[in-house]
Amino acid sequence: MSRFFKSSIGRKVAMALSAFFLMIFLLQHFAINILSVFSAELFNEVSHFMGTNWLIQFVMQPVLIFAIIYHFIMGFVLELKNKKAQGVPYYKNNGAANSTWMSRNMIYSGLVILAFLVLHFADFWVHEINVKYINIAPTDPGRYYHELTEKFVPIWRVVFYSVAFVLLGLHLAHGFTSAFQSIGSTAGRKRALQKLGKAYSIIIPLGFIIIALYHHFNHH
Amino acid sequence: MNLTLKIWRQKDASSKGQMVDYNVTDISEHMSFLEMMDVLNEQLIDVGEEPVVFDHDCREGICGMCSMYINGQAHGPDRAITTCQLHMRTFKDGDTITIEPFRAAAFPVIKDLVVDRSAFERIQQAGGYISVNTSGNTQDANAIPISKYAADEAMDAATCIGCGACVATCKNSSAMLFVGAKVSQYALLPQGQIEAADRVRNMVEQMDLEGFGNCTNTGACEVECPKGISLDNIARMNRELIKASV
Repeated sequence: MSRFFKSSIGRKVAMALSAFFLMIFLLQHFAINILSVFSAELFNEVSHFMGTNWLIQFVMQPVLIFAIIYHFIMGFVLELKNKKAQGVPYYKNNGAANSTWMSRNMIYSGLVILAFLVLHFADFWVHEINVKYINIAPTDPGRYYHELTEKFVPIWRVVFYSVAFVLLGLHLAHGFTSAFQSIGSTAGRKRALQKLGKAYSIIIPLGFIIIALYHHFNHH
Repeated sequence: MNLTLKIWRQKDASSKGQMVDYNVTDISEHMSFLEMMDVLNEQLIDVGEEPVVFDHDCREGICGMCSMYINGQAHGPDRAITTCQLHMRTFKDGDTITIEPFRAAAFPVIKDLVVDRSAFERIQQAGGYISVNTSGNTQDANAIPISKYAADEAMDAATCIGCGACVATCKNSSAMLFVGAKVSQYALLPQGQIEAADRVRNMVEQMDLEGFGNCTNTGACEVECPKGISLDNIARMNRELIKASV
């Protein structure tokens, strides 16, 4: 088994498995965030559950952090390995003739997502972990909505988040179906899944942009 | 037609190469690309210059030798062809055409446009074979029932001519379409089952040892493949390796 995960294909499978986990996570993250547009109470209630449930906090959260770190590190490792495999670069190379921009630039969309995650963790996660587990302070179970909307007051953050979400959409536009191919399934090559992938990579990032814009323009 | 050619010239494996400009005149649109190269070489010989070295053999699209990267694409700007099947009618009078060898660290340039693709041979030797009883009572292959689907899929995979266009066009210089095809042509048939697990393990290991990159599913390889080998073969190889490893 360790021989498998050291092989090029094994690493590809592991990249895909972490990608599947991250895509499911993203879907639930979106499902919760969209509640904030409709009901502050409901958003607070669900956020409080997610923030205090032991299964989410001590099982799913470590798995998520591992998946994020693994996906980024292995992404860089494979990119460097692939660069080395190329040898002398072409004088003229017409990549657009046979593949999409998204598929050829996963490392760049990934880097923008990484930059976004650094800010996103600093914005929400660090504060959350601090008040809950390090400098434990009494917290108000209704604070989540207020904390969320406060963050979207400065326009620079809304713009940065939106740009990052566009790049996330491009990353997903290739990544969604690519992950199926990597685990040995041809389902990603079928029309139905390609449509689903397209829908996922447009709806989720666009939804996050709408949430950010909504709170920016509706903040009182 | 009259053309300007920008061709990669490299004296030998250890020399540093460079792009050199040449002009060719009165090229017929009916010529194949290799015939145009022949005209250029005749011209170079006439003036006492060294001709451009390039690989070619069958000139009918089945040997897979003509490893040229033309105008930024493996085998030039057309689909499902080798360089000998590329015709000059694809170009216009006055065009500038760039001609480079297939690039990959695992395909070192030997001279000019000729690259060493023996890495493919070593991958094949690592597992691209089957065990057959040759003691005199060999079973007739036609006596073994094989579904039409499996026979067709195996035949499609077996049409790979090992030209290396998949590696040349891949931004990662990955050989997975080639290895996927070679694994698939046996994985689909009963004769291939005896060594199935060892085959995929050993061929993938050899592929990694040769320094080919990792597939990121851009799909460029299947677009440029002269034989139309499908990306499904890579998925099948992935499945085979998962099956062999658990």
